[in-house]
Amino acid sequence: MTTTEPVTETAVSLSIDGATVEVPKGSSVLDACNAAGVDTPTLCYAENLTPVNACRVCVVEQEGSRTLIPSCSRQAEDGMEIKTDSERVRHSRKMVLEFLGSGVDLSQAPDLQQWSEVYGADPERYGPSAAKIEEEVRIQDELYIRDYDKCVLCYKCVEACGDDAQHTFAIAVAGRGFDARIRTEFDTSLPDSACVYCGNCVAVCPTNALQFKTEFDLRSAANWRPEEQSVTRTVCSYCGVGCNLELHVQDETIVKVTSPNDHSVTSGHLCIKGRFGWSYVHGE
Amino acid sequence: MADLHFGDDKPNDIERDAVDGVVADTLGPAVVQEHERMVRGGTERRNERRHLLLPVLHALQRAAGWISPGGLNYASEQLQVPPAEAYGVATFYEMFTFTDPGHEDDVVHVCVDAACQIADSEALIARLEGEGKHVHRSPCLGQCERPIAQFIQGRGRPDRVEADSALDQFSAVPQAPASAGNGAMADGSPVRLLRRVGVVDPSSVESYIAAGGYTALAAAIERGPEAVVAEVSESGLMGRGGAAFPTGFKWKAVSEADGDTKYVVVNADESEPGTFKDRVLIENDPFAVIEAATIAGFATGATKGWIYIRGEYPLATERLRNAIAQAHTAGYLGQQINGSDFSFDIEVRRGAGAYICGEETALFNSLEGFRGEPRQKPPFPTTNGLFDRPTAINNPETLVNVLDIVTDGGAAYKAIGTEGSAGTKLFCLSGHLSKPGVYEVEFGTTLGQLLDMAGGPVGELRAIMLGGAAGSFVGADQLDLPLSFEGAREAGVSLGSGVVMAFNDTVDFGAVFTRLAEFFRNESCGQCVPCRVGTVRQHEVLLNSGGNPVNGQSELLEEIDMAMKDASICGLGHTAATAVRSGIALGLIGAQS
Repeated sequence: MTTTEPVTETAVSLSIDGATVEVPKGSSVLDACNAAGVDTPTLCYAENLTPVNACRVCVVEQEGSRTLIPSCSRQAEDGMEIKTDSERVRHSRKMVLEFLGSGVDLSQAPDLQQWSEVYGADPERYGPSAAKIEEEVRIQDELYIRDYDKCVLCYKCVEACGDDAQHTFAIAVAGRGFDARIRTEFDTSLPDSACVYCGNCVAVCPTNALQFKTEFDLRSAANWRPEEQSVTRTVCSYCGVGCNLELHVQDETIVKVTSPNDHSVTSGHLCIKGRFGWSYVHGE
Repeated sequence: MADLHFGDDKPNDIERDAVDGVVADTLGPAVVQEHERMVRGGTERRNERRHLLLPVLHALQRAAGWISPGGLNYASEQLQVPPAEAYGVATFYEMFTFTDPGHEDDVVHVCVDAACQIADSEALIARLEGEGKHVHRSPCLGQCERPIAQFIQGRGRPDRVEADSALDQFSAVPQAPASAGNGAMADGSPVRLLRRVGVVDPSSVESYIAAGGYTALAAAIERGPEAVVAEVSESGLMGRGGAAFPTGFKWKAVSEADGDTKYVVVNADESEPGTFKDRVLIENDPFAVIEAATIAGFATGATKGWIYIRGEYPLATERLRNAIAQAHTAGYLGQQINGSDFSFDIEVRRGAGAYICGEETALFNSLEGFRGEPRQKPPFPTTNGLFDRPTAINNPETLVNVLDIVTDGGAAYKAIGTEGSAGTKLFCLSGHLSKPGVYEVEFGTTLGQLLDMAGGPVGELRAIMLGGAAGSFVGADQLDLPLSFEGAREAGVSLGSGVVMAFNDTVDFGAVFTRLAEFFRNESCGQCVPCRVGTVRQHEVLLNSGGNPVNGQSELLEEIDMAMKDASICGLGHTAATAVRSGIALGLIGAQS
């Protein structure tokens, strides 16, 4: 115990880098880090998905634990003593970021690039012969593309397609180890698969391995200018559910549609109509 | 129809029959259409059938020689598993193929791991390929005492291991296998765990009973579950799969866990390179494992047991299935065992080639029909195990110890061995030794004594791998090492699953360690980044240096190791660099050599 205060049944008290924080029971260590004002890198974690604790970039050191623990999925317990900036934590975070950078194209993952700098990751030191994920861009329809060179295998798309949101189960992790990939069965094309084009996988992808076709085309034409885009919140016009949409507009044209994670109706997820059915706005 | 999407690919008759043989016989149609508005299907049906995925995939592979889109589609529909998930599960395993082989021949899996590697498995592979055989380079097949191991995957026929065909299956009393030692331990006292090996007929429950079998179960039932747990706790028995967790503690936790449905799981997915003790035990004394698992069920309050055995052990699998059937007939399994109100059943499930499935939570996922990816702990199996139920998961060797504990009492058992390591231990001796095989010794016996039992080294002993690929190497000057958990800990090594593999001075250690690193690269499940990429980078350092890391590469290996140890999800990543680093420390590879 790091506090002499009586702990109520609905709260737990723990120490983060020496500071005592109290969080509601059931909170994660990551929640406690946030409450303590400690910024933690995350990759496979998303507030609207079940933690899979696969990426290990959010690891922290817990007093008494042989190994580091994933803060996103470990429940905060009374009396835990957590260090978020110890030598071991910094080393593991650096190596995870370095491992990813050495095998995957992180050029469209600015958060990861930034954390890589913070921890001094040097992906180049593994040399030119280091194995990399090398895949052709899959363009099979007009709605979204899949560029698995950029995939960090965070499982988010699988979760969003599966029982965390869509319950379509069109994709899964196939293969094993470094050869594991996100796949439909036998890598069948998306139009032939179970995919219903809700685009929820695209919305949760942290590295742009999944991209809306509009974004991909604009990037290919060197015309993707997010800093000039406006985001307008509105309500989907199709049915009566009331999903909130965020229209991302560049040059007075909608370039992608998202939904706020904290919106009570969608938790960030949409269906094909809200996500992709907007071309009528432009009279097409 | 349930709300799943299945493609247009159709199965052929062979594939349909293969799937129906597993599913329809036991469960009936996937979706019951009672009338237009009442369909019984979807999640409920899915949950009750998903665990049949692995058996169905085995059936397809055997019948058709590969898992075809049509076959997978049909299996998915019958089991109500999304095809993408079924594909993800199938591609997890070494023993399944996904392109039409274009022939109907058997496929010969040849082991390329340490014991077989130093016996020149590459030469055998070249010869077999020269003969036109279809060869697959395989990780350790658990036949290390009789290299070079070959596992023959049948097309339309049962799988088999070449060396087993010399044994007359299910005949009268078998010859004592060379692999079972010679009936005595280092000090001349009689073996305990191996006492029936080579003595009883492994196909006959009568033979087992005549050798004293099933007296422990009767004693257990008479004394009650709490008493059994108490004896096991008092005995100091610790798990023999590698982690050395106190068995009594585990059983007590399961027996006290909330829930009416509890399970016992026997982890016979013995895949640690150099390990074959459980195979020898199960092949020669299967009833002992079954009796002990039944006692575990009784003690923990479980009603069902599962034995998950590695796919490369066809003879052991067959003998277990036969033993379960006979135990049923004789009233030692099923309803009201021994006239008591205790009922228990055991089902055998075959793995399909994945080292990681020996990790307990990965094993649960595999058995449930998911990818064999380890789960984050906590929660632990004692509360959230197989099918999320309280589960006692034990190694076969661990369980067989329980028979004597129940019969003789925990105190008598604790008197055997050392202060910190009660009982006897099976060791798997292989490599450059005169008489490789499984040997049983009391804890505390020295490494040198154990090597002497196996006839001593062949050639000039250079190093010994202790504990398997996940263990570490010790030098020829460490023969005084006492083989006990505390002795190993003090020396900074691990007994692991009991691997003792000897290497003489003719060995190309660069090649051995490069292959060790490749093993972990190939066997990483891929779930967490430190292990998925760390094992690859480790392998690359060894490849690029010709197995001789120098000039800062040792330091890079150390950095990789630290991250895998600290940040990986499970033991595979935690130990993937241990052997390589011990090799460098010993000067077997690296700058000092």
